[in-house]
Amino acid sequence: MSLLEIRNLTVEFDTAMGPFRALKGVDYTVDKGEVLAIVGESGSGKSVAMLATMGLLPDSATVKADVMSFDGRDLKTVSPKERRSIIGKDISMIFQEPIASLNPCFTVGFQIGEVLKTHLDLRGKAIRSRTIELLEAVGIPTPEKRLSSFPHQMSGGQCQRVMIAMAIACQPKLLIADEPTTALDVTIQKQILDLLMRIQAERHMGLIMITHDMGVVAETADRVVVQYNGEQMEESGVLELFEAPKHPYTKALLSALPERAEGDRLPTVSDFAASYSKEDSPAV
Amino acid sequence: MSDNQEIILSARGITRDYVSAGGLFGKTETVHALKGIDFDLYRGETLALVGESGCGKSTLARILTLIDAQTDGELLIRGNPVNIAKKKVSAEMRRRIQIVFQNPYGSLNPRQKVGAVLEEPLKINNPEMPAEERRQKAMDMLLKVGLQKEHFGRYPHMFSGGQRQRIAIGRALMLNPRMLVLDEPVSALDLSIQAQILNLLKDLQEEFNLSYLFISHDLSVVKYFADRVMVMYFGEIVESATRDEIFANPQHDYTKTLLAATPKTSIESIRARVNAHKETA
Repeated sequence: MSLLEIRNLTVEFDTAMGPFRALKGVDYTVDKGEVLAIVGESGSGKSVAMLATMGLLPDSATVKADVMSFDGRDLKTVSPKERRSIIGKDISMIFQEPIASLNPCFTVGFQIGEVLKTHLDLRGKAIRSRTIELLEAVGIPTPEKRLSSFPHQMSGGQCQRVMIAMAIACQPKLLIADEPTTALDVTIQKQILDLLMRIQAERHMGLIMITHDMGVVAETADRVVVQYNGEQMEESGVLELFEAPKHPYTKALLSALPERAEGDRLPTVSDFAASYSKEDSPAV
Repeated sequence: MSDNQEIILSARGITRDYVSAGGLFGKTETVHALKGIDFDLYRGETLALVGESGCGKSTLARILTLIDAQTDGELLIRGNPVNIAKKKVSAEMRRRIQIVFQNPYGSLNPRQKVGAVLEEPLKINNPEMPAEERRQKAMDMLLKVGLQKEHFGRYPHMFSGGQRQRIAIGRALMLNPRMLVLDEPVSALDLSIQAQILNLLKDLQEEFNLSYLFISHDLSVVKYFADRVMVMYFGEIVESATRDEIFANPQHDYTKTLLAATPKTSIESIRARVNAHKETA
């Protein structure tokens, strides 16, 4: 049985201009120890899908799915209380903007400790020693000193490491990383990706990597879901995807990669399939 | 680059120090953001400036575009020394170098219609120009950067990121500059939009014989786009060579680190990774 199984997920938002369908029936499955990448451009619904899974969407959203189960539990019917015990513990998430996702008013040690207190009921010294362990695990030098640092005293890459430490604090079965390296330099990106992959392999976690960067996909994923405009274009193994993309949109995405450019001009998505062309001039 | 080409801009030993306010009893601290930058930019070429955040790329961009003064060293624009701290620079000189910023959401005034955004440089630079002519020039530019006539009266929030970057590029070109400083112009954009903007920049470069200083941290874009590459590290240019040399034979350790950290999307490297993964599992 897969760790996370979602079938036919649709999400609709009520807006002033009528309902807006952000997701139009997508399927995801993730097994234990597997890395699934969800790729798409902005507005493709990749983040909405994960927020829907975690039940974090606002009330204006209507979430429907045929199946939505995590580790044998039905996420559609769980009580809010039970959901809170799953989220942050068995499923955890890291976000794009590490500095913005940490609370600027509290020390790093306090914020990691809070997770341990809430979910694992640790107290006092146990929190401190576990926090140090976690900071060590994510490769932060001199963790004892770093406990009392505030987020603004650390670099973006270090903040992302702290976020990862918080996310893995409760030994989650599934980690969702939403564009974890987009705001970082390439050299730091490499370090963070290596760290994520190491932790994922060591703990045999399921990992969902949400990204728009084909380079990140190539470096991390086992399986890939390509999304466009709320629809699933293609799902394949990472090798098949890069070697023989099935869908015209995937082909277009890959050929828009500058390192694959042949000749003088980059083909754009609209050069490929008019039906899937990313409208450069949306009717506003 | 051939030697007989016209030099648009040169930098000789440019430094920039920032001095922090020391407070009542504290000592002031000096940060050497740039430690002696030398380079020449030729007519019609794209020179890429690569480096990590905080290495001084944007400080250099601000000096080259005459927003900030250098602490020391000489900046030559077509052979004329320029130092805004010492002598007021003519509008004509400023006109020649324009800049496109990274974040198209932050660089356009939300209360200004697109037409007004494009007309403003003309208004400032040439107040005598009749309104009708100005409007026509702005409209021509709008079409040139790939937008439509009906976009003229719209506000920036009605556009996507890629379209806004087109507007920002259009605004930079209104005064027929010789050189554009492109400060990470595509890093906030989606892949397919990135391709469109890069294509647009290539077309415009060809049409107007523009020189670009292309600031980026994305080596795959640089490899596609640049003629020459300078690698910057902690305020110094540690390596400078043609694109092919840099990518085939990087000399400096930092350049090598950068190249190694860039994600590889070739089939071979993915296969190697997948196979290694299978063996350990």
